Amino acid sequence: MTAIATTTPVAAVTPSVVPAKYVLSKGEKRFIGLQLLVATLALSIGSLFGPLQALEFSGLTIGGRDLYALFQPLLASYYQGLTLHGVLNALIWTTFFITGFFTLTVTYGLRRPLAYPKLGWLGFIMMTLGLLTAAVPILLNEASVLYTFYPPLQANWAFYVGLVLVVVGSWVQGYGFYITYYRWRKQNPGVRTPLMTFGSLITMVMWQIATLGIAVEILTQLLPWSLGLLPGVDPQLNRTYFWFTGHPLVYFWLLPAYVSWYAMLPKQAGGKLFSDSLARFSFWMFLVLSTPLGLHHQFTDPGVPTIWKTIHAILTYAVAFPSLLTAFTVVASLEYAGRQRGGKGLLGWIPKLPWSNPSVSIQILSGVLFVFGGIGGITNASYNINLVIHNTAWVPGHFHLTVASAVTMTFMGIAYWLVPHLTGRKLWAPKLALAQGWIWFIGMMIFSNAMHTLGLLGAPRRTPLGVAPYVPANWEPRLLQTAIGGAILFIGAYLFVAIMVVTVLRKPAPAAEVPEVPEAQSIQDPQLTPAWLDRWAPWLTIAILLIILMYGPNLFYQITNMQNTSPGFKLW
Amino acid sequence: MTTPQPQSPEPSVHIDPYERGWMIAAIIMLVVFALAVAVASYSLGIQLPAPEARVDPNTITTSGPFANPGLRELAPGRYEAYIVAHGQGWYFNPRQISVPAGSEVTFYVTSPDVQHGFKLEGTNVNMMVIPGQVSTLTRRFDTPGEYNWVCHEYCGTGHAAMYGTITVTP
Repeated sequence: MTAIATTTPVAAVTPSVVPAKYVLSKGEKRFIGLQLLVATLALSIGSLFGPLQALEFSGLTIGGRDLYALFQPLLASYYQGLTLHGVLNALIWTTFFITGFFTLTVTYGLRRPLAYPKLGWLGFIMMTLGLLTAAVPILLNEASVLYTFYPPLQANWAFYVGLVLVVVGSWVQGYGFYITYYRWRKQNPGVRTPLMTFGSLITMVMWQIATLGIAVEILTQLLPWSLGLLPGVDPQLNRTYFWFTGHPLVYFWLLPAYVSWYAMLPKQAGGKLFSDSLARFSFWMFLVLSTPLGLHHQFTDPGVPTIWKTIHAILTYAVAFPSLLTAFTVVASLEYAGRQRGGKGLLGWIPKLPWSNPSVSIQILSGVLFVFGGIGGITNASYNINLVIHNTAWVPGHFHLTVASAVTMTFMGIAYWLVPHLTGRKLWAPKLALAQGWIWFIGMMIFSNAMHTLGLLGAPRRTPLGVAPYVPANWEPRLLQTAIGGAILFIGAYLFVAIMVVTVLRKPAPAAEVPEVPEAQSIQDPQLTPAWLDRWAPWLTIAILLIILMYGPNLFYQITNMQNTSPGFKLW
Repeated sequence: MTTPQPQSPEPSVHIDPYERGWMIAAIIMLVVFALAVAVASYSLGIQLPAPEARVDPNTITTSGPFANPGLRELAPGRYEAYIVAHGQGWYFNPRQISVPAGSEVTFYVTSPDVQHGFKLEGTNVNMMVIPGQVSTLTRRFDTPGEYNWVCHEYCGTGHAAMYGTITVTP
């Protein structure tokens, strides 16, 4: 791909990207729409349990019975609800939304259909079968192991099979993206990959490397063990496998939101992307750094040498850098938009932004919450400071600012233009959609502030504190605050679902009133971005080498010292 | 073409001066954080749990130091506490220990069944308790009072009831 160096400057700045727009076929729209539908269904069910958990914290009882007693036998316990909440919201809502959204960003970005649409369907069908397979044991209370499924708590085998199918199905969709990209690349040598496609492909590759951790965990330990083929497992080793995937999982959720913030939001706000080069550089940094730092989730694990904990802590600081870069570029792009719209002075551009556009406002609000999520994340990564908050309520407080705010709110913001675009309808009640974003924002502020504070006071996570015997008086007001925040978030979630349902059921609108795909231009022509920022081989090599260096010795140590001594337990 | 000829048509990474400043500030900030953590661990001695010993979770309650869990005095003011976190029944054994103020206690915790947590309120004692592994941290207790440790990892239906207490006597 040395075309740039050899062509004339004029040719370099007038790329041969052919059509200005790409019109998705009916089949593509249906395929993407179906994935968003499954995602939204998962969110609507998963969100039922959020307020229940939050209200439980407040110690609310009805007729002397705790809240969960009222739902028996449908819902056996707090933990079955928590498993549903975590699996459906954190794993299913995100993964199905992402594969659907990436089908759009790959086809629209490259201005061509998927090379093998049937491969996409195959992946989607595998994911859906996986979801159903895992849902059966969860709903029967045979897999109340939470979404981290730490052994030796042992779920029914179908739970593990279902998870594998969801992950492998997402890989299959990814293969379809790669082939489509490869075909495009052969016909367009030297042309910079359109940014929305570029970010999506990197995210998918990162995901396929990162999920090797749980693939190995489930296939070599948990599945044979749950089938009775293996008498015991090594719980410490499984934690290491899990967090090999568990931390990059966070970036699998987050990077699609970054795709929207970089490649779409500037256009929606009326401006341009501030820096194409640094946007691409950030994505490469995430490919390289997302995976080899998972041990920062295991700072308090007894079986991991502290030297590796230290090294992973330092790498976690390093991965904060591309997020800080993103913060600058996204804010600078918004400032550019605000000034284009007549904003003057140091901060005068802020009120000029299109705050009345629900898709824009909810994404900006998600970014505001993510600032706090980022600060909390650096705290979590900080080696011995982590001792203060590890496994306390601080942690769910933190990831509700990341996956349940930065990610979920951005996905909602995307849905506010994407669902009308796919269905040919106008968004129903845009003012209500605007309010929905603010309701989520306010609910999350209240909720996550309470959870962070509870964590600092020492309250454990994953615990129905309403029935815990050791709760001191100074936690009580914060537990109540959690309940209030959770209830507001519930309203926000169901407003979103209602807006989506009514939008889809509306009469078709004239084509001119249906939103188009907002593809942001960058201030500088992407062809002026150096070719090394659009080349896979060096970055992929560094990523794999770094993973081998940072995980290899410790994994070797743990695997060679493996003691499969833990039989399964079902203590729920 | 109507597009104006750019001044510098050669591809290059264009970095705005403000962005350059931001990047430098970000790097400095992260380096300072890393140094602060290094100072805390090496000068102040705030350490994380490290590999201590492997055990067989199926036999710990019948042989080895966890067969008779509890507090042992090593020297005046120096103790070790062997604690077993049970998921079958959801309790710590022992549930309660008592030391005089000024004592230094080294906790050794393990599990015969599922994963648990061990967090001592108001301190940096925070460990995962994993079957097959022994978790250990040391803490000095100067102020008399009662301090709870709680299980912070989901271990089954009775998880919320699982806690213990250290009483520091004057």
